[in-house]
Amino acid sequence: MAYPAEYRYTKEHEWIKIDGANGTIGITDYAQDSLGDIVFVDLPKVGATVEAHKVFGSVESVKAVSDLYAPVSGTVTEVNESLTAAPETINTDANTTWLIRITLSNPTEADSLLAAADYEKFVSEETGH
Amino acid sequence: MTDTAATSSPLRRTALNATHRAMKAKMVDFGGWDMPVEYSGLIAEHMAVRTSVGLFDVSHMGDIQFRGPGSLAAVNRLCMNDASKLAVGQAHYSAMLYPNGTFVDDVVVHKLGENDYLLVINAGTREKDIRWVRDTVGMMPSSHINDFSDLYTQLAIQGPLAAKVLQKLTDTDLSTIKNYWFTWGKVCGLYNVMIARTGYTGEDGFEIYIPSDEPTSARVWGEILAAGAEFGIVPCGLGARNTLRLESAMALYGHEISDSINVYEANLGRYAKMDKGDFVGHAALEAITAAGGPKRKLVGLEMVDRGIGRDGYPVCSPNGTKIGEIASGSPAPFLKKNIALAFVPIEFAAVDTEVAVEIRGSLVKAKVVPTPFYKRPKL
Repeated sequence: MAYPAEYRYTKEHEWIKIDGANGTIGITDYAQDSLGDIVFVDLPKVGATVEAHKVFGSVESVKAVSDLYAPVSGTVTEVNESLTAAPETINTDANTTWLIRITLSNPTEADSLLAAADYEKFVSEETGH
Repeated sequence: MTDTAATSSPLRRTALNATHRAMKAKMVDFGGWDMPVEYSGLIAEHMAVRTSVGLFDVSHMGDIQFRGPGSLAAVNRLCMNDASKLAVGQAHYSAMLYPNGTFVDDVVVHKLGENDYLLVINAGTREKDIRWVRDTVGMMPSSHINDFSDLYTQLAIQGPLAAKVLQKLTDTDLSTIKNYWFTWGKVCGLYNVMIARTGYTGEDGFEIYIPSDEPTSARVWGEILAAGAEFGIVPCGLGARNTLRLESAMALYGHEISDSINVYEANLGRYAKMDKGDFVGHAALEAITAAGGPKRKLVGLEMVDRGIGRDGYPVCSPNGTKIGEIASGSPAPFLKKNIALAFVPIEFAAVDTEVAVEIRGSLVKAKVVPTPFYKRPKL
């Protein structure tokens, strides 16, 4: 599994790509593999606020529901609407399939996120491989 | 991620455990068994069974054999369907009930011969069932009860092309075996293998019972996959097994049937043959009928608005009053709808009744639909 070096990660298996005051958020390859075939995505609307470490939506596979936790706080500027009709895109390429874009309200929150290597280590410890 | 709680004993394994792991199956704890939940993907496996053929290891299920001149009397006292109506080579769906008319387990009863019956029971209830059987009918004369569960590897080949696959591996003419009948034949070089036209998917298919040693089990599993390759066979796990049986509205113990659900609530009254004579639970079923029938019933639901109603989610009237609960709910991969089986009061049980499912705090519209949700096409 690949974890792009330019992203930062949470222990709840979200990634965020930060570009100045803007962030793009998705879930990791590990998350999509654990979930299985994704059939449903529940995302906030443009203009909604998200709060660091709080639930902002959910991703569902046939057999499970998984909450989505915001890596950092901010306001939603874009939502990936194509996921309503084709949620399985997340399974095909989790690293490039974004869920929401935000403007960060507190960019220093990103400092406490995991770098790719630390996330990879965390995953291997959690799963024992 | 599911938390593996500390258990007092390790998970049980079927003879094919190493085979599943070698095939990189995702494994899960199912009723204390280390079982494959999916191999290539739940949806792909589900669709294979609906459109071509899939292979399941269902060896975790149990097998109780009754032998002797008293075996019919014992089976007929124990189970609600009428085993005296079975011919040799025939099977039927039945259930063992508690005296209050609720379920010990559902079973498939097979008449192997005069004085010889096989009950196939659920994995999660094996020990409870055998204890119940011995306590309830063990004292009846001339009926010898044996738990043969560990002696068989049970494989299910399911789908419209299942017969084509299995026919390559046996000389028995499968076209002579009707639905819910069985015979014995040579399969993959093994003699006297029970070949049953039964299953839990709503498709045509077979279940075969072979010796449970690892080498034999692994060899036969491999030969079935090889024979089925030209038809697109895939190994299937418990994930697809659950979505397949849900589309076909088949009961799962602990969900649609349990020790707190009675036969009429579960909509299985047609399998309780009240005129055959006494059986455990008979008086309770009579009393339920005399009191006007069950107050709640199992119905099929289809989500109308966007959302997936899952096991345990509250079912509400349109104005938000809780009226029941989903027993099993999930996306249906073949039907491409979100479906559920739920217990609702009789007043809400009519087809087209509007209800709502509470999904993480929001009420989402659903409606009562006929079951089964899916019926295989008549060929």
